[in-house]
Amino acid sequence: MGATHLPSTEFDGTDIEDRLEAEAEARLGDPAEPMVQLLAPDGTLGSDPVFSEYAERLNPEDLRGFYADMAKIRRFDVEATALQRQGQLALWVPLTGQEAAQIGSGRASQPQDYIFPTYREHGVALTRNVDLAELLRQFRGVSNGGWNPKDTNFHLYTLVLAAQTPHAVGYAMGIQRDQKFAASAALADGTPGQAAEPKAAVMVYFGDGASSEGDVHESMVFASSYKAPVVFFCQNNHWAISVPSSVQTRVPLANRAKGYGFPGIRVDGNDVIAVHAVTEWALERARQGEGPVLIEAFTYRVGAHTTADDPTKYRESAEEGRWRAKDPLERLEKYLRAQGLADDDFFEQVRADGDELAAYVRKTTHDLETPDIRTAFANTYVEAHPLVAEELAWFEEYSAGFVDEAEPADTEAAN
Amino acid sequence: MTTMTIAKAINEGLRATLTNNPRALLMGEDIGPLGGVYRVTDGLIAEFGADRVVDTPLAESGIIGTAIGLSLRGYLPVCEIQFDGFVFPGFNQITTQLAKMHSRSNGNLTVPVVIRIPYGGGIGSIEHHSESPEALFAHTAGLRIITPSNPHDAYWMIQQAVDCQDPVIVFEPKRRYWLKGDVDTETPGTSADPFKAHVLREGTDATVVVYGPLVPVALAAANAAAEDGHSVEVIDLRSISPIDFDTVTKSVKKTGRLIVAHEAPTFGGIGGEIAARISERAFHSLEAPVIRVGGFHMPYPVAKVEEDYLPDIDRILEALDRALSY
Repeated sequence: MGATHLPSTEFDGTDIEDRLEAEAEARLGDPAEPMVQLLAPDGTLGSDPVFSEYAERLNPEDLRGFYADMAKIRRFDVEATALQRQGQLALWVPLTGQEAAQIGSGRASQPQDYIFPTYREHGVALTRNVDLAELLRQFRGVSNGGWNPKDTNFHLYTLVLAAQTPHAVGYAMGIQRDQKFAASAALADGTPGQAAEPKAAVMVYFGDGASSEGDVHESMVFASSYKAPVVFFCQNNHWAISVPSSVQTRVPLANRAKGYGFPGIRVDGNDVIAVHAVTEWALERARQGEGPVLIEAFTYRVGAHTTADDPTKYRESAEEGRWRAKDPLERLEKYLRAQGLADDDFFEQVRADGDELAAYVRKTTHDLETPDIRTAFANTYVEAHPLVAEELAWFEEYSAGFVDEAEPADTEAAN
Repeated sequence: MTTMTIAKAINEGLRATLTNNPRALLMGEDIGPLGGVYRVTDGLIAEFGADRVVDTPLAESGIIGTAIGLSLRGYLPVCEIQFDGFVFPGFNQITTQLAKMHSRSNGNLTVPVVIRIPYGGGIGSIEHHSESPEALFAHTAGLRIITPSNPHDAYWMIQQAVDCQDPVIVFEPKRRYWLKGDVDTETPGTSADPFKAHVLREGTDATVVVYGPLVPVALAAANAAAEDGHSVEVIDLRSISPIDFDTVTKSVKKTGRLIVAHEAPTFGGIGGEIAARISERAFHSLEAPVIRVGGFHMPYPVAKVEEDYLPDIDRILEALDRALSY
């Protein structure tokens, strides 16, 4: 065909077969594109021209804390799965394999930051001090939320994929305006430039599947246009239920940021040190008013999508095995032991703490109270609503009709 | 008392809102220097700046979604959707997120977002510019829906919507944007409660319930009926969710006949809901079945034939004849 100026249907001149092969390799854990990695699967610490500086800020206590958190949330995951199998939960959404992505990023956030999760971010919830038993309310069917986001700046789980991404950008636009209010108030007080509160940013979680949703696109357009202080944290766990990430994207997800005009970084999502470093960098940048960042945490959902899923129908167990070899906990344990930062006693204590958490969650789940449907009437609107009032009045009258029949029986039983 | 159009009244209402609430802000497509395609936000960006009158990217889901986020941070966003038929890219955010946030947070979160939607036909426009999708939103619990029919209500309703702690959709009758009327900017008077219906004209033979763009049509029909010796009561519903059934019931108990007219298709519509409720509340007062006048079960037709689709004076009078024939 000779020289042509027509756009190529191939990627960067790469033959499509090579590309697909590279993608297959990427799914097995060797990404075709560069990604930030500090702690290798063998437990050795490498370096990075930008992010090593952030890793160096971590002290031994931080690193032991990362391990303890990851172990704790994995134990929680096992317990919640068991609770589902026992019929105590309607559904569970396991996170095993994604502990480093969640603990590393969550630990990089500060209390004044606001976090919008999807529905698998149990590890992030842990870092935000959400009571993990409360997290189970939604899965037990006693609440559609379960905690008050205002207590921890950790928003409710959102089940409509990516719907929370524009919320995050809007929240970040609010932070921008708050800072202007604070600056003008400070100006009025005669202390120019002194904002009353620490600078805050927003972080929003979504996955490779949700990245195809239009709301992610619209959010990134808004975030870029207004330079909103928001970090898009995409956990590419390679499977959207049964569909591989190659169906969601033909390029590394992090590359998409370029199209919106802000930085995109792929990080080894099973390397808690690198995830923490990259997220800290991105959040600091956002808090300083330098705009959004997209982080793609390259990780893997080792378990099923939910307890209703069966991964043997759509993927090879060899693939899971390859990723288990990159386990986020094992590599940090190797590093901590090799550096003499943790001993058997430490790991034994972590296990004991995990079992204690599991026992607490098991007990609390059994005790979670079933709400009265009257709370649903009460919470549909903030202000009084005649239709809700009328339907509630009918319901009360209807319910009262059963009480008279039940009471004598109860009395008899009591006698 | 000042005379102004509905468009100007909303503009003044928004100006008052922005002045009184430092955390109120407007968002939408072309609402800045252009002042919106209907000029409802004319001049506001010059007065309040680009942080409070925000020209957004062309993305309705993004507009509603970011408004939800802003409201979670304590702001009072007022979103403009350019035309009724373009609200659907934002439908997911409105119905699955905005409507449910207070409920799913067990009452911990409030999202007092206001969405302004110019709606209805009669402007000879092209596809997607003349629709009346209010029933789709009325079916969703958690939302409130109001629609002004005159400048005084328009001025106060937009402010009342912002003051309300629940999400409110304000459907604005676009073909009446240039309808003039007196506005008392000092006090709302009888318009103090936006969720209450108004009896605009008293009558004894039949009740006609309408809202938004059909209010002047119903009043004209009542005048024509009076010439034939029929006394027609006209009610401006004002609020589509909740509906002020008390006012309608009281009227029907007096007149014994009810006609509900709206531009939206009758099937699955607001008229059907009113018919069902009134049949429960005033069954023994009804002298005739409740009759609905509205759009047909078809996509909104092309402009050249929209007059055959839209309820007009004759369609209401024909319904009145049927009601009186029982």
